[in-house]
Amino acid sequence: MNHHTPEQLTEEAKKIIVEYLDKIDDMKPKERIKIPPQEMPSQDPIVRSSNLDEVALGYTIEQARIEAMRCLQCVKKTCVEDCPVQIDIPRFINHIAHAEFESAAAVIKEASLLPAICGRVCPQETQCQSNCAVGKALKDVDKSVAIGRLERFIADWERATGKIAIPEVKPETGKKVAIVGSGPAGLVVAADCRREGHHVTIFEAFHKLGGVLRYGIPEFRLPNDIIDKEIEVLKAMGVEFKTNFVVGRTRKLTDLIEKDGYHAIFVGTGAGLPMFMGIEGESLVGVFSANEYLTRANLMRAFDKGHADTPIYNSVNVAVLGGGNVAMDAARMAKRLGAKNVYVVYRRTEVEMPARKEEVAHAKEEGIEFYFLQNAKKIIGDENGRVKAMECLRYELGEPDQSGRRRPVVIPNSEFILDVDTVIVAIGNGSNPLISQTTPQMNVNKWGNIIVDETQKTSIDRIFAGGDIVLGAATVILAMGEGRRAAASINKMLAEEIEKEKAIIN
Amino acid sequence: MAKILVKKQLSKDVFLMRLHAPLIAEERAAGQFIILQIDDDYGERIPLTIADASIDEGSITIIFQVVGKSTLQLSQMDTGDEIPTVVGPLGKPTHIEKFGTVVCVGGGIGVAPLHPIAQALKKAGNHVITIIGARNKDLIILEEEMKSIADEFILCTDDGSYGRKALVTEPLKEVCERDTKPNMVIAIGPPIMMKFCSETTRPYGVFTQVSLNTIMVDGTGMCGGCRVNVGKEVKFVCVDGPEFDGHLVDFDNMMSRLNSYKKIEQEAHSCFMEQEIKQREGLL
Repeated sequence: MNHHTPEQLTEEAKKIIVEYLDKIDDMKPKERIKIPPQEMPSQDPIVRSSNLDEVALGYTIEQARIEAMRCLQCVKKTCVEDCPVQIDIPRFINHIAHAEFESAAAVIKEASLLPAICGRVCPQETQCQSNCAVGKALKDVDKSVAIGRLERFIADWERATGKIAIPEVKPETGKKVAIVGSGPAGLVVAADCRREGHHVTIFEAFHKLGGVLRYGIPEFRLPNDIIDKEIEVLKAMGVEFKTNFVVGRTRKLTDLIEKDGYHAIFVGTGAGLPMFMGIEGESLVGVFSANEYLTRANLMRAFDKGHADTPIYNSVNVAVLGGGNVAMDAARMAKRLGAKNVYVVYRRTEVEMPARKEEVAHAKEEGIEFYFLQNAKKIIGDENGRVKAMECLRYELGEPDQSGRRRPVVIPNSEFILDVDTVIVAIGNGSNPLISQTTPQMNVNKWGNIIVDETQKTSIDRIFAGGDIVLGAATVILAMGEGRRAAASINKMLAEEIEKEKAIIN
Repeated sequence: MAKILVKKQLSKDVFLMRLHAPLIAEERAAGQFIILQIDDDYGERIPLTIADASIDEGSITIIFQVVGKSTLQLSQMDTGDEIPTVVGPLGKPTHIEKFGTVVCVGGGIGVAPLHPIAQALKKAGNHVITIIGARNKDLIILEEEMKSIADEFILCTDDGSYGRKALVTEPLKEVCERDTKPNMVIAIGPPIMMKFCSETTRPYGVFTQVSLNTIMVDGTGMCGGCRVNVGKEVKFVCVDGPEFDGHLVDFDNMMSRLNSYKKIEQEAHSCFMEQEIKQREGLL
């Protein structure tokens, strides 16, 4: 792929926008479809593969407006239907086309409080952009209107111009809501419950806020500054944060209600213990879960080798097992930490990879090598118990399995050796065991995920749950969707109680 | 934030600190640990067992040995200073009941986590035989505290500078050979000591519980860095432990994993020491 510099893209956009400015509202769909899709400006691949700065730099105003003009303003809004939080996408995009950025921001904020994050990490190609009429007409989902990039553009514009609106908070109700975990689900619940006037406390086990947004997603994809800004908004709304507080251990979950007087709890403790392959050699030195590798690099700042006290493994040849976003993050982080060769080993093909397309494209630009239709058979150690190689097997695609993806079938006698000193396992997570261990009356399924009803309520009165602790490993936006639903249930429950209390007093 | 209420030096490299942490003091039980960080931005997370706690004072006691840069910096903090991150209590509490005769074996700094367990076992009505050992006299800690709760007390040093000249496995073997075998052994100390205690008791079939202190990052069941092989299973020390059946733990693998970062850490430590020395020379 040819890398275009941000300057080239800006120049080009400035040149072509002139052609469309007079007829923003008058173009026929045929004309709009011909407007060139705008490429996301990005840092030079060679430069960025040794820094942690954000890779995608964001549209310029001209680029954003041109991209927005590509939207056909469909009557049947498939994009909105495919958005887990139902942002009114055509409406905010129309505002961008007309350079009404403040109005665009207001439209997004009706449905999502965290657009700077969603615009960066949502898998748009399988959600809002998957059924976009423009993409359909051009027979290429990659040519759909770049909704995610436009969402990000607006969020960044808001931040840059200092126009972040603090949502209105209703008068205090005297009701207290406890939120366990400051990840995406918890942040959404906090915002939604606080808006109704309830006192909200977020309990976080780590010393920093944001959950997976901070420890999992690297800064080259989601800078810490963005997370901090979103959290500042919540603080300005009056949300209280308690870090270094492990609910379940520092305080029993039910004690928050019984001893501390909370009226409702939302459990959003997120992903849990990493899964391993169950193959020989996985306990050798040099084998890491992606969770551990990324937590060291991101949260503990081990990337900053001169300052950080948390060490990170020095690697030359790294194999990453898995094909999701976490695998991409780990592979690209390993490269940035100085590894010479990084191989992503995935047992299916590129089409089946669950990672965002943009991340895969960025990884390729950065020199990550992809070994499709291959998988680890065993990891081989040296005399000191350190990884020295990995034996792999080749696969071919067979019949579709339950997930609808074609099942990879091993090719007999296809073993070969990959020369690696580090193996990072990124094949998913189980559930976090802390809450279920310390709250025996909580109903969980056989994988340890909390069982909830359609209102996100758990088996315990007043306790709700959502995000990865319910879904298993999912996405940021799905966690936010669950948070939204849980907050609505909590708000409804508390409103009914307040009504009842009023009735008694009267 | 946890304020240091008391700081005491127990031996050349071993320090005791009492920290203000009322919530942890209230919830903790024998066998549990905390994680602390002396800098929220760049500090590393250090897991340390809770040696004691006082609900009245709202305090917990930690005992640590200086082994690297972070523990050295911690040892340089003083009464009144605040430790930015102290989180816990983590891990499963020790299962305490009346087993009968229990041998509590503590090696070096391992006596610190052993103390509250021995205390609880004694309180539950067990006959407690305590064996504590260290390389030399200077490294023996909590002698009086351990002696006061023991029905039988044996002290040994590797070099014979104090007590009996022996490794802790020697008296442990003798106890196992008595007419009535002990019902249980709890061994806490350096991995190599726990390994050999487990090997000592194995032929006698005496259940031996060990408390593992592996590499750990979050300590709350997320990162998987603390995994150990126990029997045929992979277990996570932070949420499944820290205590396991010593006869099932793969100590050799655990010890090699503990050395994952040895080279990097040694460099960091010596680098930091050099700077310290330079600074001090500058001050003189």
